Amino acid sequence: MCLAIPALVKSIEGNEAEAEIGGISRKISIILTPEARVGDYVLLHTGYAINVIDEEEAEETLKLFEEMASLEE
Amino acid sequence: MRFIDEFRDAELARAVVNRIHRRSNKHVRLMEFCGGHTVAIMKHGIRQLLPETVEMLSGPGCPVCVTANQDLDIAIALAREPGVIITTFGDMLKVPGSRSSLQRVRADSADVRVVYSTLDALQIARENPEKAVVFIGIGFETTAPTIAASILKAEEEGIRNYYVLSMNKLCPPVIKALLDCGEVKLDGLICPGHVSAIIGSHPWEFAARDYGISCVVSGFEPLDVLQSVEMLVDQLEKGEPRVEIAYRRGVRPEGNLRAQELMNAVFELSPANWRGIGMVPESGLRLRKEYERFDAELAFDIEPGPTLEHKGCLCGDILRGVRTPLDCKLFRTSCTPEHPVGPCMVSSEGSCASYFHYETA
Repeated sequence: MCLAIPALVKSIEGNEAEAEIGGISRKISIILTPEARVGDYVLLHTGYAINVIDEEEAEETLKLFEEMASLEE
Repeated sequence: MRFIDEFRDAELARAVVNRIHRRSNKHVRLMEFCGGHTVAIMKHGIRQLLPETVEMLSGPGCPVCVTANQDLDIAIALAREPGVIITTFGDMLKVPGSRSSLQRVRADSADVRVVYSTLDALQIARENPEKAVVFIGIGFETTAPTIAASILKAEEEGIRNYYVLSMNKLCPPVIKALLDCGEVKLDGLICPGHVSAIIGSHPWEFAARDYGISCVVSGFEPLDVLQSVEMLVDQLEKGEPRVEIAYRRGVRPEGNLRAQELMNAVFELSPANWRGIGMVPESGLRLRKEYERFDAELAFDIEPGPTLEHKGCLCGDILRGVRTPLDCKLFRTSCTPEHPVGPCMVSSEGSCASYFHYETA
């Protein structure tokens, strides 16, 4: 129920945005994430962006996984 | 898809699993609160990858599953009212109330429509000004702000025929209720990622501080869940319970302040009735006085009749983590996703549905 998937913001008009989700385009509401900008990825839940995905944090997390994995070898 | 595929890397996952095996000595019992996590754990076979020292339990984090029959009966009675269009998330359709379901009353000519978003429900209200359009407002903190936003939008546009049946529920108070009742002994909690995207990580601190429960806020891909288990095992081995965020790309400690603001503008705390758990104080949301005219329960005079429970159904115990679906005599016999007896078999995130689809043992 609390499913939210990454969506790429393509254009913004007021509280609405056009977003791409796995190749599909749809109109979403960004009323809960006024800080969203074109080019951001947001977490999309039932038609609303509920957070802007922090790309730096995502990279950091992945880097950590990779470093730890390389120590295993 | 970006931010999903990278977090499903099998090689990286194997490394995390190896570390958990090496690190884990103490027997620990972890609960994943959220139904989304239950699905991830079952679908990716995560329980089977973990050492025997790490026991995983499923919690009550499925809004459809925890909706009490009494509340379902109100939704079903509303659907029978003349001139009413019910709009609902699809998961609610098949859930059996005391005597019927939204799907069955729809077959009896009630106007029940599945929507993906409150935005769709509002559009139906705009297109049908002569009808009363009621949105069945189930969900946790993730969904509540989107319902609040729809009410503010209806207010702004002067949409007079839009109503919400508010059955929203809040996660931290029900975890507190479970811990207080002491029926399930827990060491660690995998906290719901998208609930926490809204409320942040601070509302979980009571669990670490007052109950000594280790808490990690987790994302929903297999690497996310494994990372969270690793962090919990590490905390528990050290004996230092605290709240940490593993899902850092999606959750900030303070949460989404704008969403909290909208939610608080429209709703206030109320007691809520949880299936299997009962009334939990301040675990629900009702509309504030200023927005009362959107309240479906006040707008219609509903008499749902006496509440009946489903005989033999263990959903209540399963939601409290006391039993698993395999303990239920109805599981896979008279209760299947095609013909569900209890809600945990209906919702795709219900424990019974997850076990039905993914558990082969």
